[in-house]
Amino acid sequence: MTVHNPNFVLMVEGLTVSFDGFKAVNDLSFYVEPNECRVIIGPNGAGKTTVLDLICGRTKATSGSVNFKGQELLSMREDQIVHAGVGRKFQTPSVYEDLTVFENLELSYPKGHGVFGALTFRRDDPVKARIKEIAETIFLDDQLDEKAAYLSHGQKQWLEIGMLLIQDPELLMLDEPVAGMSVAERKKTAELLNRIIQDRSVIVIEHDMGFVEDIATRVTVLHQGKTLSEGSMERVQNDPKVVEVYLGH
Amino acid sequence: METSNRFLSRSEIIGFAVLAAVIFIVLPVALDTFRLNLFGKYLTYAFVAVGLVLCWGAGGILSLGQGVFFGLGGYCMAMFLKLEASTPENTAIQSTPGIPDFMDWNQLTALPAWWQPFNSLAFALLAVVAVPVIFAFIIGVAMFTRRVGGVYFAIITQAFAAILTILIIGQQGYTGGVNGITDLRTLLGWDIRTDEAKEILYYVNGVLLFAVLFAAQYVRKSKLGRLLIAMRDQEDRVRFSGYNVANFKIFVFCLGAAFAGIGGAMFTLQVGFMSPTLVGIVPSIEMVIFCAVGGRLSILGAVYGALVVNWAKTTFSESFPELWLLGLGGLFIAVVMAFPNGLAGVYAEHVAPRIAKLFNKSAGDDMPGAAKTPAE
Repeated sequence: MTVHNPNFVLMVEGLTVSFDGFKAVNDLSFYVEPNECRVIIGPNGAGKTTVLDLICGRTKATSGSVNFKGQELLSMREDQIVHAGVGRKFQTPSVYEDLTVFENLELSYPKGHGVFGALTFRRDDPVKARIKEIAETIFLDDQLDEKAAYLSHGQKQWLEIGMLLIQDPELLMLDEPVAGMSVAERKKTAELLNRIIQDRSVIVIEHDMGFVEDIATRVTVLHQGKTLSEGSMERVQNDPKVVEVYLGH
Repeated sequence: METSNRFLSRSEIIGFAVLAAVIFIVLPVALDTFRLNLFGKYLTYAFVAVGLVLCWGAGGILSLGQGVFFGLGGYCMAMFLKLEASTPENTAIQSTPGIPDFMDWNQLTALPAWWQPFNSLAFALLAVVAVPVIFAFIIGVAMFTRRVGGVYFAIITQAFAAILTILIIGQQGYTGGVNGITDLRTLLGWDIRTDEAKEILYYVNGVLLFAVLFAAQYVRKSKLGRLLIAMRDQEDRVRFSGYNVANFKIFVFCLGAAFAGIGGAMFTLQVGFMSPTLVGIVPSIEMVIFCAVGGRLSILGAVYGALVVNWAKTTFSESFPELWLLGLGGLFIAVVMAFPNGLAGVYAEHVAPRIAKLFNKSAGDDMPGAAKTPAE
């Protein structure tokens, strides 16, 4: 267990996961500062999504440490990690299709997470106001009563982002938030992300280089489960190692 | 969104009222005591089916072992009634008077210690709910915290149904074995075998069923009800929204067990016996069929499903005993293939719009939850 350094929100050290001997993530270390937007790029199979899975507890690490504001996340359950302040968006939009947009957001509202709390949860005015506010942010205030199944792909992505926003996490992890979007949706999403990453730390996985350049504070290039290069977008783009394995192709 | 959060929507109020009229007015008026008692028996299965709507329909947890909880509730009730029926005077011809007859036949000479508390009605009534819930809790903790779900969970619950049946049959001296606990006579001195008692018990059963329906409706309308649907669709998303998914599954599984236990106790009271044939795999699967035929998303549909399938079972198995099981299987396949939302779905899609047209009113949400299933 590493000692917490207040300069960093998240300290990942020596993180390793092995699937039947194959090390998908191999002795990886990186540090995220408060209010930083870290973008992770890398070729297919580099271990990008696995890194997010390890941080949020979906996959159990073989060894290493993930320290979030002094708490060791690797020994915590998924819901405890969420309550510690880590939010995660999945690659394919995962929203509750049989529920309305309003209900989707309501379930993510940070109150009534126990069995008894959920039974007695009241849809009171602060809850409604907050849901309305988030719905406006994610351009879905006209669709509140619509079932999520009827939303377009892009709208589902926004809804899932909204479900994270309502939790107000200190660390937000987004896995390819603009994948599969139309050009217009992409632009709107970039605008949305730029707004919501202001007052929190964010880790983003993204392939769209224009988009990365737009939002990244720093970039980490993963290759075969290890850090290949790290730094500003400009520095990474000019790193010959990176050009060779990734950007050059 | 404000209106959809009301405890009962207008069409749900009508649905509850119609069911109340059927159970409390139409059936008692139309049927003689013998038939009414039969329908009372069918309605005890509705308790299980309502629990399955929450577990399976809403939460996606398919249990093929609900007969276990039905049976445990029924046995708890039967143990009390049997002890009351086994007074030393009634059992004077036994070698050990004062113990249940089957114990005497199996050379037991004293009442086992774990039977003793069932001399108290209060304890027995508590046990009717508590024993199934404790049992469900143990299974739930063992399965759901290990993330056992889907088909695996269904098979394991089925195994429990088989295990309990074998245990009951094997421990004849303690449980009455394959015959079950029979010859139940009185409840605190009140003879439950008379026509009058059967009618009163029918109404008690109806009132309890409505209590269970309202409890189920409360859960469905709470945030927990929406969480169950969310878990069925996207379990990971629920987990990463900060919920401990296992706890919610354990809760709804225990709730279904409690409902089933009450149903089992009412079965014992109305039918006058409890036996392992009501615990095992076949009755457990039949209970799932009641729920599927009625509509696994609709608590009211589940009640009608239990009534219709059991009525059909009685009618057809009288005339074609060997064909009935095939018919039941065929019915299940037909429902799954053609009417995945059961009777409630048929009502919501075909009947309700016509009624609405007839009255020229808008048909919003008809049978609860069954309407408007989005295209996949």
